[in-house]
Parts: sequence; structure tokens; C-alpha cells
Amino acid sequence: MIGLKAAGPMDQFEILPIVPIKIGGLDLSFTNSSLWMMIAAGAIFAFFFAATRGRAVIPGRIQSAAEVLHEFMADLVRGTIGHDGMKFFPYVFTLFVFILVMNFFGLIPSIPGAPHEFHTFTPTSHLVVTFALAMLTITIVVVYGLMKNGLGFFKLFAPSGLPWWLYPLLVPIEIVSFLSRPISLAVRLFANMFAGHIILKLFATFVTMMIGAGGIFAAMGIAPFLGAVGVTMLEFLVAGLQAYVFAILTCIYLSDAAHAADH
Amino acid sequence: MDVLNLAAAEAAAHGEGSAGGLPQLDLSTWPSQLFWLAVFFGALYVAMSAYFLPRIGRTIEERRDRIASDLDKAAEQRAKAEAAEKAYEQALADATARAQAIAADTRGKLNAEIAELSAAADREAGEALARAEARIAAMKQDASRKVREAAVDTSVAIVAALIGETPTRDAAAAMSQRVEDKEVA
Repeated sequence: MIGLKAAGPMDQFEILPIVPIKIGGLDLSFTNSSLWMMIAAGAIFAFFFAATRGRAVIPGRIQSAAEVLHEFMADLVRGTIGHDGMKFFPYVFTLFVFILVMNFFGLIPSIPGAPHEFHTFTPTSHLVVTFALAMLTITIVVVYGLMKNGLGFFKLFAPSGLPWWLYPLLVPIEIVSFLSRPISLAVRLFANMFAGHIILKLFATFVTMMIGAGGIFAAMGIAPFLGAVGVTMLEFLVAGLQAYVFAILTCIYLSDAAHAADH
Repeated sequence: MDVLNLAAAEAAAHGEGSAGGLPQLDLSTWPSQLFWLAVFFGALYVAMSAYFLPRIGRTIEERRDRIASDLDKAAEQRAKAEAAEKAYEQALADATARAQAIAADTRGKLNAEIAELSAAADREAGEALARAEARIAAMKQDASRKVREAAVDTSVAIVAALIGETPTRDAAAAMSQRVEDKEVA
């Protein structure tokens, strides 16, 4: 019963303070979310530290992996934004790697019996985190777009070469589509992580409940167990895919900002 | 059923634990999440843009440069080898041409010498033949003169024996000449 207490499908998203910090009435506690952000950032830092230590002409395994990742993201940025988009390469790269590792680490099973605040946590399963990252991207898009194109940036909402009577219809649609970008960017990642973890938790709960029920139910517990295994595999795919989608959409939006005046 | 009891108990526990609904919508946790996201994302961004990514980029660049320069060097060596081969072939061709020229020259010279020598030999042979022919002609003339003289002498002696009168040699000679002419005719 004690084990099942934390088994509600929403409890895994609970933000629990580890080191309470309060600054001017603002609660900036170091929480389980902060802990897993730190673990993700620390792991990334350690990985790249190990990968760039040697700088060998003939790379080892870790260096190879880092170089493949570097080339992969550089090709993505160059391919979507163009050569002058390479100034955003560190941003897109950091975004991708950070989201990817936070997503992946969220799939690590918790240590059994660990206190709730030290359970595995996925920071990207919180809308405020993904929304902050999405707003950061859109802010960069708007600022860069205005800096590069001036007022030409607003041509983004009125593509040239269309019959005049289409504009009253098209411009509002384009504006709404632009404004919905940060929302869709944020909700896509958040919802994928959120839903995946709920399904995982539900399957896992079914397994423990059916084993607890005993008899024929315990034997039937194999079904949700296999379901959980399947969903875990699917979640690995989703974790990678959503990080990639976030990065590629960031690139596409930046490309829009870079080439807004050409429309 | 046990399962239903468990589910009910759990639902109750859940209801107690998070009365506020979705943890994602608990605004009191937002500042902390945003603050620590900014801290770790910012730190990671600085580390990536200032240190790790340029370092990886430089490593890849250096490797590319090195491979390119190695390929250049290889191409250079190859060009050198090809040039050497061409020079060797040129030298070979030159040598062959020179050898042929020398051979032709020598052959010409030898032919000329042979022609000269054979001409000289021909000349000498011609001269010798002419000399021999002259001598033969002289000997022939001499012999016929001697025969004629002998005939004159004989005829003088015969005439002297027949008629007891010795004719002059000139008369005898004239006679003999006449006979000879008649025979020729």
C-alpha cells in the first residue's frame, strides 16, 4: 500500500522542493525538476568534456559521437537557414541536446524506495518549461527578423504575388498562424512527454494492481507489463523525435525571419 | 474485488495528495522552474557556444584541412612521377632518334666510301685493262710486222732461188702487201 501511494498518474509530475530558496517572496526552490535539469546539463557537460579533451585527428568513440552530432545539427542549420544562420547553431544545438537528454533521462526508472522528490523527473513534461523555450525561440525570431529585415519582416504576413482580394483573408490567417507558433511548439513537446509518462504509469499501475489481486489476475498482469515495455520503446522514439522536431521547427522559424523580406 | 478496492484506495490517496489538480498548472512552482531552466540552459549555452562547439568544429576543420593537404601532396607527388616518366620517355625517344641518326649517318658514310672505293677499283681495273689492251695491240702489231718481214724475206729468198735474181726488199714488200689486200678482200 505504501508503494502504491505515489502511484497516481499525476503524482509523477509533482514539483517537490529539495532545497527551499525564497528570494523576495519569490519561490526559487531547487526542486526535483531543477535536479533533473542539472543532471541533464551535467551529463551533457561531462560528455562534451570527454569528447573534446583529446581533439584527435583520428577520433575515438566519444569524440566520434560528438562530431557526428555536431555535423548532423550543423547540416540541419545550414540546410534550413543557410550559411549566415550558423550564428544560431550553438542555440539550436544546445536546445536540441538539452531537450533530448531531459526527455531521455525522464525514462530512467526511479530507484525503488527512494523518496518522492528523488524519483526520476522529466522537466519537459511541464508546460512552463517548454513554453519558456518556445518563447525564447520566437523572441529570437522576432528580434532577429526585425533587425535583419526592418519593417520588411512583416512581409511574412503578406506574401507577395497573390491577387489583392486574397490579402484581407490571408493576412489574419498568417498572423494567427504566427502567434500560434510558440503555443504549438510548447504544447507539442509538453503533451508528448506528459501523455507518454501517464500511459507508462497507467500500465505500470495495472501491473502492480493485478499482481496484488493475485490468482488469475496476477497471470494476466503480463499483458499490461508487455504494454509498458512497448510504450517504453515508443517513448524512446518520441523523446528523440520531439527534441528533433523542436530543433527543426526552431530552424524553420529562424529561416522565416532571415528571409522574410524575400517573400 | 480486491482490484477495485485498491483502485478506490488509490484514487482517494491521489485525491488527498494533489487537491490542486494538474501539477503543471500550479503557478507557485513556475518561478522556480523558469529560474533553474534559465540557469542550466544558459550555462549549457555558454559552454557550448564558447568552448565545446568551436572546439569540435576546429577539430573537424583541421582534419578536413589535413586530408585535403595530404591529397594535394599525393597529387603533387603523382604529377612529379608523371613528369619524371615523361622526361624518361622523352630521353628514350631522343636517344633512339639520335641512335637512328647516327646509324643512318654511318650507313651513308660507309656507302659513300664503298662507292668511292669501288669506283677507284673500277678505274684502276679500267686503266689496267686499257694498258693490257694497248700492250696486246702493240704486240699484235709487232707480230704482224715480224710475220710480214719474215714473209718478205722468205719471198725474197724464194724469188732468188727461182730466178736467181734477188729482188729488192721494197718490191717484195709491195707484192706481199698486194697479196695481203687481195686476201682481205
